[in-house]
Amino acid sequence: MGSVRRHIHINRDPDTVWALVGDLARQHEWFPFSSSRLEGKKRWMTTPSGITFEEDIVTHDHALRRFQYRIVGNPGITSHLGTCDVIEDGHGGCTVVYSTDMEPDALAIVVAGAAGEGLSKLKHMMESA
Amino acid sequence: MGRKILFITTDQQRYDALGCNGGLIARTPVIDGLAKNGIVFDRAHPQNVVCMPSRSTMLTGQHVSTHGVWMNGVPLASDAPSIAADLRRAGYRTALIGKAHFEPFIDPFLRFAENRIGSAGLETEMVIGEDGLPAPHRGFEHFALATHGGVGPFHYARWLREKNPAAAAMFFQVLDQQLQVNAGGGGDTNAPQVKHNEMPRELYHTEWVADQTIDWLSSLPADADWFCWMSFPDPHHPWDPPKSELGRVNWRELDLPAGYIEDAAERERVLDDKPRHWRMWYEGTFISNYEAPAKWVPKTLTADNVREVNAMAHIENELIDEAIGRVLASVASRGWGDDVDVLYTTDHGELQGDYGLLFKGPYHTDSLMRLPLLWSPAKSAKIAPARVSAPVGLVSLAATFANIAGLTRPDYTESERLPVNDGEARDLGHERVLTEWDSVMFGKIVHARTICRDGWVCTAMLPGTVHDGSEGELYDLANDPLQHNNLWSSTQHVAQRDALLDDMWSSLPTRVLPLRPCDAPV
Repeated sequence: MGSVRRHIHINRDPDTVWALVGDLARQHEWFPFSSSRLEGKKRWMTTPSGITFEEDIVTHDHALRRFQYRIVGNPGITSHLGTCDVIEDGHGGCTVVYSTDMEPDALAIVVAGAAGEGLSKLKHMMESA
Repeated sequence: MGRKILFITTDQQRYDALGCNGGLIARTPVIDGLAKNGIVFDRAHPQNVVCMPSRSTMLTGQHVSTHGVWMNGVPLASDAPSIAADLRRAGYRTALIGKAHFEPFIDPFLRFAENRIGSAGLETEMVIGEDGLPAPHRGFEHFALATHGGVGPFHYARWLREKNPAAAAMFFQVLDQQLQVNAGGGGDTNAPQVKHNEMPRELYHTEWVADQTIDWLSSLPADADWFCWMSFPDPHHPWDPPKSELGRVNWRELDLPAGYIEDAAERERVLDDKPRHWRMWYEGTFISNYEAPAKWVPKTLTADNVREVNAMAHIENELIDEAIGRVLASVASRGWGDDVDVLYTTDHGELQGDYGLLFKGPYHTDSLMRLPLLWSPAKSAKIAPARVSAPVGLVSLAATFANIAGLTRPDYTESERLPVNDGEARDLGHERVLTEWDSVMFGKIVHARTICRDGWVCTAMLPGTVHDGSEGELYDLANDPLQHNNLWSSTQHVAQRDALLDDMWSSLPTRVLPLRPCDAPV
């Protein structure tokens, strides 16, 4: 199992950050996906290369500011759990943590790279807003 | 008009692959001809023994600790220095044709320019430089990208799909369903990553790279100065040259290479004399990096596997030589023959059976570190042929290109240009060459640092998952050319070892921190 994690500190209050991160139909605005589609507890995320991932939303907890999802229906991905947390830092800002546990493990590294880019974009969006 | 530069690279090629370096199997008359009239470097090392870090060194003229591509999967910063960009600013036309690999291949998010350029069929991607002006990605106005097969986003794969939609499947499948290097085998001996490829030769990537190079050069005006990096994906695994060419080298008739130790007990004694990760990989108990099949155990490698892999590599090397011949003929037909500097090298070597191993990893011996490197200067430069024994590195290439173009050495480069003979090597300070290894793969951590100078190679294994910092390697290259006798712990050689280590630590650049993240396995 490939287990990876990226995080970033954002100088914006966690509720503001969660307003975007927790809106699961808008993840393509900050993560390097080209589009998102949300229907109830199902989501489809499409990459710029045209690959669409079907996902089950596992957790969407506004109080905890956490969402978790699993990629399903993809024969090339045998196990997956993605987790994103927005954690208050006690000083008016927050840390966003994006974790992935995945088989094949090689793909977890690719998701980590995308998460790193996404978190950087999220920080820029939040701090320049 | 100035001197033009044809920079030819192969991928994962050994020093002894070429006739000019004593190779006896592959016929490489074109490269040997360049060597005869040029400068041959007999002790050229890469600064890292896998693709992305080594290629980044070629482009930037920097050691790995500086450019920050510390393992495969770590992208070179998009704003990293590039000698191609400097040459372009000086008026050179610039192209990279074949394998680039400054950025990860596995990229469904199309985060990296090479993959975007390839998938969209573009020539390049323009970015805004420090001067606020648009400039092509890494200084190359023209990319025609390829890798080791027919899948993926690059220009070659797109071209191949158009020519024959079924052709991509003719190659050996490099990665398996888990995106690991495929442990499967084929050919006559079920050797790893070997396949009898039904592809017609004219569709093979070696031919395509040469054709694309000829086409691009043909598009240039006669008075253009140009820098063309022609980058062959072979003889890197998979070993699957066109089946039509297999008659060139019959593996059944090959002697085993000198580095392969037939007797298992002796082979394992040699491995046990090295730092522990050598034997652990051989046994399949410690897989530290993605560059070899995780599910393949080197101990299972047979002598016939070694023969067949070597035969395949020799065949691929012959095809490369002939492709270069076609390109040089085209260059000559343009009237450029006297004004072109040709530099030829590779990014790293290949174990190819040495010590009972294949592929590559944190194994700093000649198999992976001693590279073919030669420079055939433009006739107009009137530089005498020579063989250079002084240690040099690929880190000197960028400064060499600048020098050929009449530019001052860029400030960002970390080495003097290549010397034209041993006397100049002394004058330029080519006393040592350094190689770094760092890999972190889900908690499996390996770090190594190597120096080569004065006929010695010394490697320190730094603390990691299986090393405590006390292990290393020390070889006397003159008396132990196959590096079978590790003198690291020899009491008679402690002073020699420690002097080398002192020199290495004082010569290595300070590592730029924080480390750049690894964004893909390769």
